[in-house]
Amino acid sequence: MQKEPVLLFTRSAGSLHFPTGSLRKKFSQKGCEAGMWKIVTDALPQLIVAGLQYTIPIAIISFIFGLGLALLTALVRISRKKSIFFMVLKAFFRFYVWLFRSTPLLVQLFIVYFGLPYLKISGIAPDGIKLTPLVAGILTFSLNTGAYCSETMRAAILSIPKGQWEAAYSIGMTRTLALRRIILPQALRVSLPPLANSFISLVKDTSLAASITIVEMFEVSQQIAAQNFQPLVMYCLVAALYAVACTLLSWLQGYLEKITSRYVSNIN
Amino acid sequence: MLKLENLSKTFGEHRVLDGISTVFPEHETTVVLGPSGSGKSTLLRSLNLLERPEAGRYHFDDELFDFGKGLSNKEILSIRKRTEMVFQEYNLFPHLTVLKNIIEGPTQVLHEAKDTAQKRAQELLVKVGLGDKADAYPSQLSGGQAQRVAIARALAMQPKYILLDEPTSALDPELELEVLKVLRQLAQEKQTLIIVTHNMAFAREVAARVLFIENGQILFDGPKAEFFNTKKQRIVDFISAMTFENI
Ligand SMILES: Nc1ncnc2c1ncn2[C@@H]1O[C@H](COP(=O)(O)OP(=O)(O)OP(=O)(O)O)[C@@H](O)[C@H]1O
Ligand SMILES: [Mg+2]
Repeated sequence: MQKEPVLLFTRSAGSLHFPTGSLRKKFSQKGCEAGMWKIVTDALPQLIVAGLQYTIPIAIISFIFGLGLALLTALVRISRKKSIFFMVLKAFFRFYVWLFRSTPLLVQLFIVYFGLPYLKISGIAPDGIKLTPLVAGILTFSLNTGAYCSETMRAAILSIPKGQWEAAYSIGMTRTLALRRIILPQALRVSLPPLANSFISLVKDTSLAASITIVEMFEVSQQIAAQNFQPLVMYCLVAALYAVACTLLSWLQGYLEKITSRYVSNIN
Repeated sequence: MLKLENLSKTFGEHRVLDGISTVFPEHETTVVLGPSGSGKSTLLRSLNLLERPEAGRYHFDDELFDFGKGLSNKEILSIRKRTEMVFQEYNLFPHLTVLKNIIEGPTQVLHEAKDTAQKRAQELLVKVGLGDKADAYPSQLSGGQAQRVAIARALAMQPKYILLDEPTSALDPELELEVLKVLRQLAQEKQTLIIVTHNMAFAREVAARVLFIENGQILFDGPKAEFFNTKKQRIVDFISAMTFENI
């Protein structure tokens, strides 16, 4: 399955059967409008399949892993535990967040997919760490979105008034129980809009997976454009599809905000 | 019985509690008075371990806790289960309904069955005059209602001591009255209350004992009647300032 890095920019589109010749004929016969329509309707199914097969699953799976990682990171970073183990753990997670927020996502993808095969660890991975494109992509996207979301969650937890902690402690709760029952449910509501932001960004960022040979939606649009010589149409079309997906997500965000805000007074 | 010996608490350089020794008997209402910044809140919060005094001994019934040696988490939790705090700003859990606010402690901390806890919560709501508010969210309550829910939430834990830090200071006089009536009833039922308040009329009405603090030290500790008839000039001045009498 795995391609040599050298193949990266030679885009072979052997699997695509796009009627380039006949299309061009129609284009010149029936004029611009009908030709355009045909280009769009021919390309759309392939783009949608790629979106459903790769773009959306990669975004959803990465976001779920990312959220888990973000919660873990946030909890470790706000923890009050003073043991050496926790200090090291805190430093580690702080380093992780710094690393992934301070380097470009595209570079991260390249390091994980093209770079790690050269990381030879005797005993564990003597031949280098070779990941399939999909695994490398999901891993990188999860780590990246996890770093951003952890900051969102940490800020949300810290934004809950001290009185909520004190009321929880006063009824005899431990810190863990107070977090789980009182603080996190409120923090979740606060963090919903910025988390939705991160998810929407992630959906669009999955287009970078094209560069590590994943045939997701943007990659397919490039392959089609290379065949039908309509880059403007193809890239606008794929942009529109990303826009549709993100619009649906904003609606979902609005809905989630509404049901999680039931308890807030109706002034706003 | 709750007894403090030589309790001390400093914030940085500032000694907020300076060797407090006193006894809070059960089934009696103690009112804590004193000027602003004298350490009343800190004292109350220390009883519930929301503040950790650095020195002093804390007797709870026949258990002894030494602040100088530090308290384990287990000891802190065991004290907190027997003392409940009612805050000036209510601190209800905004994401839970009134009923769920009240059963949260009994079900999650005391591990009571949900239906028993709900039944008692409903009774407590009736007791504080809010029988019809079980399903409301805190944001839908007035301040007086919210504070009465907070009192019901404290009662639901069946604590030996309820600690109230200026429970009515955020309320206007009519809403304050709703809360004070509930507190008076609790005092009459011999629920042990320790109340910090600036309301002298209320103190005169419900207190059995008065603790007067200034600069982190106890200036008066005794029965209510004695307090209001004292000849100590500082206290006479304080009372007349608070009641706007003899000025
Ligand atoms: N967390 C803290 N950090 C530093 N100083 C504090 C802290 N909490 C209280 N203090 C200080 O301790 C002193 C006593 O505060 P405390 O809140 O106990 O007074 P109080 O008697 O309750 O006053 P009030 O009537 O205004 O509520 C004040 O000078 C206050 O500024
Ligand atoms: Mg105070």
